[in-house]
Amino acid sequence: MSDKQTSKITGETSKFQNRTSIFVKRKRSFTLAFLGVAALFVISAVVTNYDVINGFTSIPKAAIWMVKHFIPDAKAWSRVPYIFSKLIETVLVSVAVTMCASICAFFFSLLGTKTTRSSPWIARTVRIIAAFFRNVPDVVWAMLLLFSFGQNILTGFFALFFSTFGMLSRTFIETIDEVSASCVEALYATGATSIQTVFHGVIPSSMPEIVSWVLYMIETNIRSSTLIGILTATGIGYLFDLYYKRMDYSSASIVVIAIVITVIVIETLSNKIRKVIM
Amino acid sequence: MSELDMARQLPITLDINKFMRKSRRGTIKTSTKSKSDFAIKMTLFVLLFLTVYGFATFDYKNVDIAKAVTGTWNNAKVLFGQPRLTYGTWREMLKELFVTFSLGALSTIFGAIIAFFGALLCAKNIANPIVANITKGFVAFIRAVPTILWVLIFTISAGLGSVAAVIGLTFHSAGYLIKAYAESIEEVDAGTIEALKASGASFWQIVFQALLPSSISRMTAWTFLRFEINFTNALAVGAAAGVGGIGFDLYMAGNHYFDLRELGFITYIVVAAVILLEVLATKIKSTVK
Repeated sequence: MSDKQTSKITGETSKFQNRTSIFVKRKRSFTLAFLGVAALFVISAVVTNYDVINGFTSIPKAAIWMVKHFIPDAKAWSRVPYIFSKLIETVLVSVAVTMCASICAFFFSLLGTKTTRSSPWIARTVRIIAAFFRNVPDVVWAMLLLFSFGQNILTGFFALFFSTFGMLSRTFIETIDEVSASCVEALYATGATSIQTVFHGVIPSSMPEIVSWVLYMIETNIRSSTLIGILTATGIGYLFDLYYKRMDYSSASIVVIAIVITVIVIETLSNKIRKVIM
Repeated sequence: MSELDMARQLPITLDINKFMRKSRRGTIKTSTKSKSDFAIKMTLFVLLFLTVYGFATFDYKNVDIAKAVTGTWNNAKVLFGQPRLTYGTWREMLKELFVTFSLGALSTIFGAIIAFFGALLCAKNIANPIVANITKGFVAFIRAVPTILWVLIFTISAGLGSVAAVIGLTFHSAGYLIKAYAESIEEVDAGTIEALKASGASFWQIVFQALLPSSISRMTAWTFLRFEINFTNALAVGAAAGVGGIGFDLYMAGNHYFDLRELGFITYIVVAAVILLEVLATKIKSTVK
């Protein structure tokens, strides 16, 4: 064997050895990811003074506490009609917010999609405005509105409206761009105007997706309205906070049960609707 | 029928009336009725009715809407136009922001670990159907309780602090991620699992050699999405339950000092952080895929 050949062979083997197997690579990247997460965990625990042992022991403690205190008594049962009326109010607010926000967001997103062929400047501005409303937390909106509206149902309404509007504008733009691109192109090719395209192409093809998002937002808003309710002293969230701070835990437990039942019912209902329309 | 007869019939005349539907008046129908269409219309109709009914029955407490709207508009101009720190300092704010970030990170890590094992119990392609249904019911219950209520419940057993916030947030993230992870696992090719089973692999070998490698990218994407949600939730919980972080500063500025400018300043910090997280998440998602 000539020298040239040997060097060629050794060169190839070394090249082969350098190419680590996929399993080693996978193991390496898993280890790296694991170490990264562990480091993040330690830093976060130190920064927040998180007590790991207290964390684990508090779960059974809370469970025992809940079993002991979250038992509805006679006084709590007498409050059921009032709690129920507040619950209905919260559900109605969530539905009204989502509907108003989705109608506004739909027309707004039409300006931002490629399908209507509005100018790129308008589309960009629309996206920036949507990002603004989405990224400013609903807590801030609630605080801002609290100054002028006071402890009113409209405070919660508008706070949820702004964040829902921002969220839905983005998802609608994405949905419309994704779902109706081909049929929109076909309609333009036949010479349809923008408005005709919207009514005969965009709306029919993207409606199932849009309704599905609206249903999802209603579920989310019922949960968020509890939190906004605590901040703005309205709705079912405030009721829970009130009973909780008075240490009237049995009434508070009814509030929790009422919320759980409502959310599960709405979730099941919207899943059923989604199955039919998709 | 002879072949000749069939051949004669071959050039089939296209009967357009077979394909075209007409209404009673004889005009061509341009849309078709379907179950899905009907369901969409009914859903929207019911929701619109509830909206109108809601607006009619809300207790507005005689608020002067025009005055409140102009007041809010002016306040918004101050809030977003003249941000300024008065009560806190830059360093304090960044520290508190980091606390909120850490609360979000801790609850996402805990949630992801719980959700991984929970998803193994839930995923249709590997789990026992009875166990899966029980787990799903339990998860649905946990998800139905709003995060803030979990946090408030845990403030009693763990005290007002990071523990209550993290555990309260973890409950909801675990519930959310179990559903997401289970869906990612269900998308793994059934053939891979069967092949490993046939070669005598144990349950954990299947999990770590087949399920995890093929669904890790989707799981990571979901985890980052949840991390973004957890960050905003940690902020909201900090404001509503007073468990610390920049959310609490937000609450103090708005409901205690009534200082719009400070509120505006904190808002800008938070918005910058949220956008930064989004960019980071998109980057990491693209490298994993």
